[in-house]
Amino acid sequence: MMEFVTLTDAQKKSRRGRNIALGVVLFGLVAIFYVVTLIKFSNGMVQ
Amino acid sequence: MQVIDNHEAIGTEGGVRLSEASARDYFELLKPRVMSLVVFTGLAGMVLAPGHINPFIGFIAILCIAVGAGASGALNMWYDADIDAIMTRTAKRPIPAGKITPNEALSFGMTLSAFSVCILGIVVNWLSAGLLAFTIFFYVVIYTMWLKRSTPQNIVIGGAAGAFPPMIGWACVTNGIAIESIVLFLITFLWTPAHFWALALFKMRDYGAVGVPMLPNVSGEATTKTQIVIYAVLTAIIGIVPTVLGFSSIGYGAFAAALGLGFIWYSIGVYRMPEGDEKMVPAKKLFAFSILYLFAIFSALMVDHLIATLWLTAGKVA
Repeated sequence: MMEFVTLTDAQKKSRRGRNIALGVVLFGLVAIFYVVTLIKFSNGMVQ
Repeated sequence: MQVIDNHEAIGTEGGVRLSEASARDYFELLKPRVMSLVVFTGLAGMVLAPGHINPFIGFIAILCIAVGAGASGALNMWYDADIDAIMTRTAKRPIPAGKITPNEALSFGMTLSAFSVCILGIVVNWLSAGLLAFTIFFYVVIYTMWLKRSTPQNIVIGGAAGAFPPMIGWACVTNGIAIESIVLFLITFLWTPAHFWALALFKMRDYGAVGVPMLPNVSGEATTKTQIVIYAVLTAIIGIVPTVLGFSSIGYGAFAAALGLGFIWYSIGVYRMPEGDEKMVPAKKLFAFSILYLFAIFSALMVDHLIATLWLTAGKVA
């Protein structure tokens, strides 16, 4: 049988904040690798 | 979400710990103030290095250095949580405040360490990534785990960790190590003892309470004051070495000499401070000046370099 835990408002708010921060970081990483790849290609460093 | 044994932890319900830590609490784990110094000196190393780096790649390099330094701060807070809870200066940090568990801080620090080193290696070069990895290792293992609790010379040797960033910045551009980058390393390395012992003097009781063998607690105030003056003189000397070696102008040398004399002046103020002084105003003044000193020295080095570059460019165009 599964046990469920009900989150308080404070816990929901902090979880939402952490999720948004994580999302921003992941998006940032994607953007960084995209731009870096463009730079490396334009410099002819990637064969 | 995580199951833990400690049911007294905040936000627990039926043995399951429900974290209330915000993203800001995790950011606090990175020691943002220390990170700002690291970013600044790392940037200085990058600006002063001969050669060119793509501005975006340079930005990523600084970001990696900052995150690596922050990760080592998080790992330091994980290991030192027991003493942080007792010291007034550190009692409100996220772990002793009960916002983040030690295991969460450990995972966070390890993840950021791995990411910052790998990204720096992939995007910039593996020498700078290796130096960043060594810096994190040195700060966490050599300083935090070993030296801090075992010798009063802890911050003299451990100060090397805080001195590496300009060397990493230099390596990001040149993929090498040079006498100039070693001088940049030495500026922060020799500056650290006077800076930290000034703090240790007016936070002596804190360190004494947790048994960390800081110099004032182990060797006494008199020895600490003498050592502060010695390191202030050494800092003033290394401050003018860039001019002596010819990679900075006479103007920078004069500015650095004036700042160095100021540093020595404030250290002599600490030396003359009466034994057992309660307020320790001279020590607080030296601590504040030391921060200004380091920012001013690295700012001056960068400004001097930029002026020299512009001068050279203007000469070529003419």
